[in-house]
Amino acid sequence: MDFEPREVDVVDVHQLSRELRELFSSQGLAVLSTHERGQPYCNLVACASTEDLKKLVFATTRATRKYENIEGDPRVSMLIDNRSNEAADFHEAVAVTATGRAEEVPGDERDAYLALYLAKHPHLTDFVMSPTCALMKVCVDRYYVVSRFQHVMVLDMDA
Amino acid sequence: MNLILDLNLIREADGSHIGGKALALAVLAGKGMRIPRAMCVTREAYDAYVGSTGLRERISLELSRKDFQDMRWEELWDASLRIRNMFLNTPMQEPLASVLRDALNESFGDAPVAVRSSAPGEDSAQASFAGLHESYLNVRGAYAVIDHIRLVWASLWSDAALLYRKELGLDVHHSTMAVIVQELVAGQKSGVVFGINPADSSQTVVEAIHGLNQGLVDGTIEPDRWLIDRSNGRIISHSPAGRTKIVVPSPSGVSLEPLPPELTQTPPLSIEEVELVNGLAIKAEEVFGNPQDVEWTFDGNVLYTLQSRPITASLQEGGKDDRSWYRSLSRSYENLKSLRAKIEGELIPGMIQDADGLDDTVLASSSDSDLALEIRRRLRINRQWDETYRKYFIPFAHGMRLFGRVYNDAVRPHDPYEFMDLLGSPDMLSIQRNRMLEHLARLVMHDPGLARALREAEDLRAFPAFARLFREFVEAFGDLSCYSAQCHEGDAPLREIVLEMSSGRAGAPRAHLRSIEQDEEYFLSFFPEGRKAFAADLLDLAKASYRLRDDDNIYLGRIKGRLTAAVEEARRRLRDRISPVPEGLGDEAVLQVLEDPEYIPAPPAPREAESSQEGFSLKARQLVGQPAGSGIATGPARVILEGIGLSGFKAGEILVCDALDPNMTFMVPLAAGIVERRGGMLIHGAIIAREYGLPCVTGVPGATTLIRTGDQVTVDGYLGIVVIS
Repeated sequence: MDFEPREVDVVDVHQLSRELRELFSSQGLAVLSTHERGQPYCNLVACASTEDLKKLVFATTRATRKYENIEGDPRVSMLIDNRSNEAADFHEAVAVTATGRAEEVPGDERDAYLALYLAKHPHLTDFVMSPTCALMKVCVDRYYVVSRFQHVMVLDMDA
Repeated sequence: MNLILDLNLIREADGSHIGGKALALAVLAGKGMRIPRAMCVTREAYDAYVGSTGLRERISLELSRKDFQDMRWEELWDASLRIRNMFLNTPMQEPLASVLRDALNESFGDAPVAVRSSAPGEDSAQASFAGLHESYLNVRGAYAVIDHIRLVWASLWSDAALLYRKELGLDVHHSTMAVIVQELVAGQKSGVVFGINPADSSQTVVEAIHGLNQGLVDGTIEPDRWLIDRSNGRIISHSPAGRTKIVVPSPSGVSLEPLPPELTQTPPLSIEEVELVNGLAIKAEEVFGNPQDVEWTFDGNVLYTLQSRPITASLQEGGKDDRSWYRSLSRSYENLKSLRAKIEGELIPGMIQDADGLDDTVLASSSDSDLALEIRRRLRINRQWDETYRKYFIPFAHGMRLFGRVYNDAVRPHDPYEFMDLLGSPDMLSIQRNRMLEHLARLVMHDPGLARALREAEDLRAFPAFARLFREFVEAFGDLSCYSAQCHEGDAPLREIVLEMSSGRAGAPRAHLRSIEQDEEYFLSFFPEGRKAFAADLLDLAKASYRLRDDDNIYLGRIKGRLTAAVEEARRRLRDRISPVPEGLGDEAVLQVLEDPEYIPAPPAPREAESSQEGFSLKARQLVGQPAGSGIATGPARVILEGIGLSGFKAGEILVCDALDPNMTFMVPLAAGIVERRGGMLIHGAIIAREYGLPCVTGVPGATTLIRTGDQVTVDGYLGIVVIS
């Protein structure tokens, strides 16, 4: 079993993870949150997720504030959602907040993560292949899944 | 919709899927005119390709790096080259590839074909621009044809198309391209007939050459020309051409050869044949209801129509913009060869002679009126060389571009600018100049007494070896003062630069990973035996183009230096007469003061203070330009405006400027990176940055105002971005 269930039974976990996979593959962009000495800082990043949902992947150049912030404190949060900027979003949209730790993908894992990332964002090849660009993975420890306006489920991931 | 259609099965309704050119051929075939056998690859194939490979979004990203309004012609060319390289390096995916391959194999097997563009919409506005899109002749085998289909698709984004994007309605999400694959008719004589002469509507014009039409269409071969009276079909006149060259099929496409002697005295067409060709124009006009521009070829006695398009009133070229001039900069190989001969044999020696002929020793002793005359003479000489520069030197820079395309087609490198590694030359004057500076700096490094003498502006006679070299430098390249600050600083800037370089932190031209010989061998290995000589010649031409692009500015700088010296002498005299001399007094005003003792120049208008909205402050954090030299560097910025700020340049600083001139590149060995407002991959800043292996970003709008001297700046030369900390 992939996940440690909390307050829901196993069937629901499989259902939820299927929905998360669908949501993540439908959404190209995610909001990344880092902080600089306690000051939160948000960015849009092009994002991909692993099949087991344990990792989220994005890319950034190393001269950016977000990279500097992560170097200072690897704890990050990400938001992936399917809102359409309509009133219906309140009952229809799903928003998933992930918390975890970000790090640059180590050399021996790079090929696999790169393939995963470029399969979703082929037009970012030149960007990701630049020596100045870092491919980052977020090891997710928890997902907060918000649907139907205020229905919130918490999914804890195995370490 | 089918991805590929037989021309015979095309109906009027298919027009928007196959483009005007293909439709016109299908219509003419239907009316019984002889057309080479052809298939049309529909727009759906293009759409599927750019959609499934992510190319559509990559093109969008490339074209939205900056506002089109801010893009120079050179940047459009660069964008076009990068897009072309994307097409070259992005294979066609299945099932698209196999559908096309099977259809092409079945229709043509290994027979040679022509691959031509047929952009939907081409029959209207686009018809007015010849040569927007590409055609390839004598391509064999389905794999090669598919390769060339990608190249024709890429030409939807040609530099000329980008230049006229508004008129064409060019748009990443809607523009598309169909392609005609046509059996190659290796005609012995070919040409074009204009159903109506643009210069005289009572006439038809027939143009003809020996061999394939390519030579006429790309302007390499001058045609024989017949004017025909439209009212009665009688030939009014025949203007024979020089007839020296012929385009013939060759194992790898087509090649330009000397015309066999027996043909040089023979017009390509007999009177009867001219009449047959005129008949084509009449028939095509009947079919379409308006006069046509028809390409044709004779294979033996059989006359084929290759393409037909309406003659529309040509869009206003020239006039209020420079675009027709930009387009005229794309030169053929033949044209570039003759330009080179003129530049090397005549123009450069002329520049050296003119610079040497201007003697500064007479300036101090001449009367005011003689000095004024001398300044006028030097102004005239300067203007004349500026015009020559625009007319001959700038077009010659196209040699690099032509080579770049040939290189990319053959080698298909990941980096579309890899070809520049073959062009670098230690003989470039700017590099020679910098080597001399390095030599001077080395002498200073080993002699603390000399360093002190330079710092204290002491006489250098106590250091004869250094003094001699220093003098030789000034004779060859001037004292750098006019490019480093106001011109009256004497040799102080040169002393400063040498001192700074002696700190041991100056860079040197990079050692190439592979030798240039190895690079050349690698490049030539992509050509079959019969084409190696052409490839080597083109490389040689491109090297000259690269070297001269820099050198001509240095020669021009020498002539400008003589003008500056004379104007400086005049300013010195002014200082005796009016004090203070208004800043920014132009050459003309200086002249007027010399010629008219009563004249007092008006002070220049004060600059308006920059307005800023109260309560807000705005600064740039990250700016986007073009990646023009790979690498990454961080350091304090030094902003150079019109040469001011060059003196005092410190090792490790990032050079930020509007437009780098080879006469200013003497401090490049000190710089850690270069940022330039002017855009382009083949401009001086980019060239010298590559020589020194420095990260360089060009084409950053507002670089010199958004970045301030002292800002901590990171230049990312891989991605073309500048981060301001």
